[in-house]
This record gives sequence, structure tokens and C-alpha cells, in this order.
Amino acid sequence: MKRLLRDRRGAFGFVVLLVVIVCAGAAPLVTNGDPVGQHDIVATRFIPPLSSDGHGVFHPLGTDRFGRDVWTRLVYGARISMGVGVLAVLISLVVGVVVGAVAGYARGPVSVALLGLTDFALAVPRVVLLLLLAALWQPSTALVVTVLGLTGWMGIARLVHGEVRSLAARPFVEGAVAVGARRLRILVRHILPNALTPVIVAAALGIGNAIVLEGGLSYLGLGVQAPTPSWGNMIASGGDTLVNAPWVATAPGVALVLVVIACTLLGDALRDALDPSTGQP
Amino acid sequence: MLARLGHRLLAGLAVVLGVVTLTFLLLHLAPGDPIDIMLGPAATAEQRAAQRAALGLDRPLPAQFASWLGRFARGDWGSSIAKGRPVRALLGAAWRQTAWLVALSLALSYLIGLAIGAVQAARSGSRLDTLLSVSTVALFAMPGYWLGLMLVLVLTYWARLLPAFGTAGLDADYLRGASWLIDRARHLALPLATLTLIGIGGAARFARGAMLETLHQPFITTARAKGLKPRRVIGHHALRNALTPLVTMLGLSLPALFSGAVFVEAVFAWPGVGRVLVEAVKARDYPVVMAATAISAVLVVAGNMIADVLAAWVDPRVRSATP
Repeated sequence: MKRLLRDRRGAFGFVVLLVVIVCAGAAPLVTNGDPVGQHDIVATRFIPPLSSDGHGVFHPLGTDRFGRDVWTRLVYGARISMGVGVLAVLISLVVGVVVGAVAGYARGPVSVALLGLTDFALAVPRVVLLLLLAALWQPSTALVVTVLGLTGWMGIARLVHGEVRSLAARPFVEGAVAVGARRLRILVRHILPNALTPVIVAAALGIGNAIVLEGGLSYLGLGVQAPTPSWGNMIASGGDTLVNAPWVATAPGVALVLVVIACTLLGDALRDALDPSTGQP
Repeated sequence: MLARLGHRLLAGLAVVLGVVTLTFLLLHLAPGDPIDIMLGPAATAEQRAAQRAALGLDRPLPAQFASWLGRFARGDWGSSIAKGRPVRALLGAAWRQTAWLVALSLALSYLIGLAIGAVQAARSGSRLDTLLSVSTVALFAMPGYWLGLMLVLVLTYWARLLPAFGTAGLDADYLRGASWLIDRARHLALPLATLTLIGIGGAARFARGAMLETLHQPFITTARAKGLKPRRVIGHHALRNALTPLVTMLGLSLPALFSGAVFVEAVFAWPGVGRVLVEAVKARDYPVVMAATAISAVLVVAGNMIADVLAAWVDPRVRSATP
């Protein structure tokens, strides 16, 4: 942890994510409340950033075409976007670790079948699958999480497979076998904890990727549905009013890019901090 | 080499077949019925049954799949349920637009990304390196649909320089020669720039890593010890050796690029496969979805194979290796 924060990239990523998570968690405290309510649409719509409306309410990031405060929606949207990203990666992690670990530790047809499945899933264009799954069922936040999770596990499975393979041949595993530990126990207690370093890095990168894809699906109208704010559907609706109110699409995009940069840098820094063999770049 | 290629060809064919089967199953498992969308809520049960029989949707699933596969292989891709046009005509125009956009942006982003990565590796640790690292991470993090909107905002609405929608202007049919070309180029500029800028981010990050790894190898020290100019060491010795992982990466980045193209096509109303696919999926247009998925799978698999061949071409060690 100390090494991670001494790295400037790690510190930046950590701070950005911390700020976003704290804001999202304390959403009712840092905003003026309701992200979906519409009051006096005509009087309060398209108010530019850093100004007040006719009722004396201050809007730090302006309002959208329904007179909703962009800052409030941004913060509540962070809950959805970050939540979708984290949950989707959790699903990917579970599937990827299980598939990778079993494929790496088992021999024979099970291993071959699982690896074949992974390679096949890797070759399928992810967005095509996403579109199919998201469009064919009724769009909802839960569906987006599931679909993103189920299309993102292959890289992790590949990583875990490689690690488990090489760890299984190490002396400490032979020792565990000699002591008479059961295979499942060896895999879960002895091998997996040692294989987790690259998985953590991949997860950090995966969260950024999942947030971007959630945004894309919401942009196409297949993701999180209005009026619930997510950064993706805020960008989509802001895109329609780009001429009158460019700030509506700009704000969630900047937030999204910052979070993805933070995830990428944190991932890079984690990799260097956890792996003593990579020197300073 | 030939055996290797044959092996890859078979594996690629298996992937495409798998994707098509999966799509077919998903389409038919999902709720929603193209008949509902075609006939609307006022249709009677008899009308619906007649329409269903006319489209062959009343037969058992395996029979439907087998007959679709047979006709697809023979080049008969059927007609769009929603639009009535033949699927081949619909996709024939679309896949060229996507391939054009993706191929150009792939070439541009790798050329520029490689140059940036090489400069960074040569000046590793300098201020320039840090600055370029920050920029490429930022580019890499940009979602295409947002970067596209921002470019439209700045270059179309504020600067009034470039058109934001479609492949050609309203008067395109009356343009000839140079003015036709300029019109096309102006319409291509923004979607291409969006895809390329994002691609540069990934390519430069990867190129920097590959170059740095190569620069630490003993033969580079030898080249330096021989007294070669730094420019020649970087440009000739290191770059050539860093190319192998880059070319492999190129093939692997193709699915991602295609994915990016789906969103960019949506932003710029670019009439490519992605747009056709999004519309067809929303309308449950079975024949179009099937053909569009098959084509995207073929594009991605073909891209990977081309990258494989290219990797063998730049690296003799891969050429002689057994698959």
C-alpha cells in the first residue's frame, strides 16, 4: 500500500476514485437532493454552469433540458455507473477465476474444453454479443451488470489459468500433496492466493472498461433507462442538446474519463508495486 | 507455413459457425416477436399465423437453422423482415463503410502510436515522456461516443469546419472529381479522427512498453557499443524487434476497434455494419441480425489471421515455428 501511494500514478488514481466514491456515497449531502425531479421546466431549463435560477437555487454545473441540476445527476449517476462497473467486474472475476483455476489445475478433457470455451468467447466480438443480449431482453440496470459480467471474464480466466499451471508445479504444492491435502483444498488455500496479483490488476483495468461499455449501451438506449441517471445516458441526452447546452454532455464525459484514467493508472501502479521484477519504467 | 494457415482457417471457421449458432439461439430464446413488430397490435390470430408460415417461422428451430445455414452458404441471405430489402444489398453497402473506416483508423493509429511510443522509449523518464504518457492514457480512456460528441461540438458547431453526419453531403450526387473527393473526405474526417485518437492511446502505450523491453536487451548494447548513432539504434535495431508483439496486438485490437466503430457509427450516423446491426436487433429483424453478426465475426477472425501472417512476415522466428 505504501509503495502504491508513493507512486504518483497510484496516488492520483487512488485520490480520484476516493473522491468519486465519497461523493457518490454522500450524494444527499453534497447535492441539493433529487436527481430525477422536474419542477418549473420552462424557468429552470438550460441554465449555464455557475449561475442561479429564478428561484435562487445555485447550479454549479447548470441544468439540462428538463431543468434538472446536472451536478446532482452527475453525483447520483456516479452511484449507478461505478456500481455497474464494480458489480460487472465482480461477476467476471468469479467466472474467470473459477474457469481459469479449474482449467489450470485439472488435466485432460475438462481443461481442454474450458480453454476452448475461453478462446471461443475471446474471439467473439464483445459488442455484438452485448448488443444482442441487451437488446433482446427488456433493458434494465441488472441486465447491464449481468451482460457486462458475462462477456468480460475471458481475459481473467486466461491469466488465472497460466498462473495456476505454473504454481501447480512448485515444490510447496508438492509438499501439500505429500501431506495428504485434498485437491480442492490445495487449489483454494495454497495455489489461488498466490495467483491473485495479475487478477487484481486486470480487475482494476476491467472496472474502467465496464464503465465505458455501460455508457455505450446506455448511449444506444440499451442500458440504464431514463430517468435514472447514469453517465452514459446523461451523455446521450446531452448529445441531443449539444448546441443549446454543451455542458450537459461535457460534465458526465469528463467524470467518466477521469475515473477510467484513475483505474488505468491505479492498475499500472498496482502491477509495478505488486511485482518486484518489473523495474521502474 | 501453409499448414499453419490451414489450421488457423479451420479454427476461424469454427468460431464464425459458433457465433452464428449462438446468435440464432439467443434470437429465438429471447422474448419479443418480429411478427408483433411487423403487424402491430391490431392483427388477428389468423393474420399472424399466415405471416408466420410465410416467413417459415412456424417450423421447428433446428430445421429453421439448417435451412438458414444452407441458404447463407449458397449466398441467399433472404430479405429484411422490417425493410423488405434483400439482406445482401443492405449489408453489401454497410460492410464496406465499416471496413473502410476501421482499416484507415487502424493504419493511422498504429503509425502515429508507434512513432509516439518510439520517441517516449528513446527519451524514457524525461518530461516529454511523462507528458506523452499522460496524454496517451487520457486518449485511451476516452469513450468514442463522448469524444465524437466533443469533436462535433468544437469543429462543427463552434468552428463550423466539418460536417457531423453521414458519408456525403446532400448535393453529393451532383459533385464530380475533386469536389466529390473533398466532400467525402470532409465527412470521413470526424468519425475517422474519433476512432484514430482513441486507437493512438492504446497503440502508443503498448509500443512504449515493447520498445523499452527491446532496448534493455544485449544486442542493443552491442549496437551502441559499435558506435552506431542513437537514431539508427532506435529506428533500425529496436523498432524492428519491437514490431512482432505490436503486430500481434494489432490483430487482437481489431475486435475492440470494431466495437468502438459501433458507437462511433451511432454518433456520426455512419451507415456501417454497426448501425445496421443496432437497428436490426431492436426490430427483431432475424435475417439481418444473423447476416450482420456473421459478417462482424468474419471481419474480426479475418483481421486476426492477417495479423498472424503479418507477424510471420516481420519475424522469421515465428515463420518457422510450428503452430
